[in-house]
Amino acid sequence: MTERERRILPICLAAFIAAALLPLADDGYWLALGISVVMYTTLATSWALFSGPTHYISLATAAFFGVGMYTVGAWVGLLPFPVLVLIAGLLGAALAAVVGLATLRLSGVYFVIFTLGLAELARQVVSWVQTTMGTSSGLYVLTDITEPIIYWSLLALAAVIYLIGWRIGRSRLGFALRIIGNDEVVAVHCGIGTARAKVILFVVSGCLAAVIGAIMAPRFAYVTPTQAFSPMLSFQVVIMALLGGAHRLWGPLLGVIPFTIVLDLIAANFPNQTALLLGGAFLLIVYFIPNGVAGLIENGLRRGRSRA
Amino acid sequence: MDLIIVGLLLGGTYALMALGLQLQYGVARIMNLANGEVLVAGAFGAFWFYTGAKLSPFVTVLVVAPAAFVVNWAIYRYLLQPLVRRAKSRGHLEVDSILATFGLAFVFVGIMLAVFGGEYFSYSYLETAFVLLGERYALNRIAAFAASILLCGALAFWLNSTRAGLTLRAVAVNPASAGLVGINVPRVSAQAFAIGGAVTAAGGAMLSMFLTFDASIGVIFTLKALIIVILGGVGDIRGTIVAAFILGLAETAVATLLDPGLTLAAAYLLFIAILLFRPQGLFGRRPS
Repeated sequence: MTERERRILPICLAAFIAAALLPLADDGYWLALGISVVMYTTLATSWALFSGPTHYISLATAAFFGVGMYTVGAWVGLLPFPVLVLIAGLLGAALAAVVGLATLRLSGVYFVIFTLGLAELARQVVSWVQTTMGTSSGLYVLTDITEPIIYWSLLALAAVIYLIGWRIGRSRLGFALRIIGNDEVVAVHCGIGTARAKVILFVVSGCLAAVIGAIMAPRFAYVTPTQAFSPMLSFQVVIMALLGGAHRLWGPLLGVIPFTIVLDLIAANFPNQTALLLGGAFLLIVYFIPNGVAGLIENGLRRGRSRA
Repeated sequence: MDLIIVGLLLGGTYALMALGLQLQYGVARIMNLANGEVLVAGAFGAFWFYTGAKLSPFVTVLVVAPAAFVVNWAIYRYLLQPLVRRAKSRGHLEVDSILATFGLAFVFVGIMLAVFGGEYFSYSYLETAFVLLGERYALNRIAAFAASILLCGALAFWLNSTRAGLTLRAVAVNPASAGLVGINVPRVSAQAFAIGGAVTAAGGAMLSMFLTFDASIGVIFTLKALIIVILGGVGDIRGTIVAAFILGLAETAVATLLDPGLTLAAAYLLFIAILLFRPQGLFGRRPS
């Protein structure tokens, strides 16, 4: 650990403990909002683990999230919940490995195209399996898992994701990914196994998204393919991560907190214009703050320092 | 036999939509993720004119395509050209344009939802039977196919045999060298992008004659068009048309033999096969 990290660690711990106390203070609106914030933080941060350093835009978060949710829906009651979460993680990792091995050996365009329709493909396949097996169009997820437990599980997962991100940032793998993101040709010439590095990190990212989906499943008593594989989710995760700044581990968090609150307001006041408003907001972010809030803060600090 | 003919008929309309994307990606270098939304907008245009004024989709195309040309030209000029200027490399432009057009796709979906609502739409035009080789087919599919092939042919002729088409192809091969021989690259790119949008919207008007659509279905067509372009090889008109027929056949086979709800799986299988065995496309050359 560096001197700076030792100074920041107590602050992080204090913030984490403060966040963990939320369910004791309120179990209505604020807890629901808290769950959304932590869910999007975990999703956006795990998205940025891969897409941040490499600049490979994944549009498939909803596919992994839905796989996790459906794993729980399909076997709930047959297997204990922690085992289901584990299986969800493995399935998410397997799906990510297939996508990664097929596309990441080639250029980034193939990867984007593949992820663009992946959630829709998963939705079609799941719907088809359900109708051919003759069951109804959705699945009941009835457990005794309450909202505070979901909140704490997600919060613990967030801590794990930050630890993973911090470890990767310090490892050879993280260094390799930063080189790939800056110039892939240079990375190949340095002797980095670019395909291998990319696939490994995409698998980590996909596995985490599936685990988050599994943890969230008990919150919805009834899971349908349309809801589990919603393309809106992939879009929201990308927006939030970019708003915060995908090139820093703590970046997505800065985007998630304001955006979840704004999203709540939009959904309450303009339920029919969600796509339009989100699309517009996204364009503003891409054009005017390409490095996100984290980039703005860093620029401000640098300017302040050079002036002093 | 029935399956093959239906597949070929579908492939003809797909060829038109994919050629639009081919122009936008191959010449203007913009991977337009909002392409499917332009197609759906074309479909809505045809629907609106038919239900409102009983105008045949073949007439509406003459309105829809120029409108799409203007809108797409404005999009390129005011939204995408700043990205082209800001980009340091082709990879950087790719990331930026993917993000920008992805956001644009949601804006389009939002506008269409606001105007038309979230229901499914279809209308019945030319729903009489047409007998071909002893089997009966809906006349609207045949007419859409014929019109699409006509437009594809005209486009291919224009690209291959006129001076304007030659400039477009020069930019597609190498924008930097095209600039050196006196071609106004930003202007030609904007034209290519706008023509691509017009062609895609025309494809949408054709598809709307026999397909049920809704405001948020665009992403599926974007995906199909992208897969066709990759399958045929980027920058290859002949490859695109062949690939469109392959996808039309594969989808029809899956829809009739398995389930109509699984057509996207057919597209993905083709995509995986091409990624594993010929990532440069059917007629593409391996990069040296």
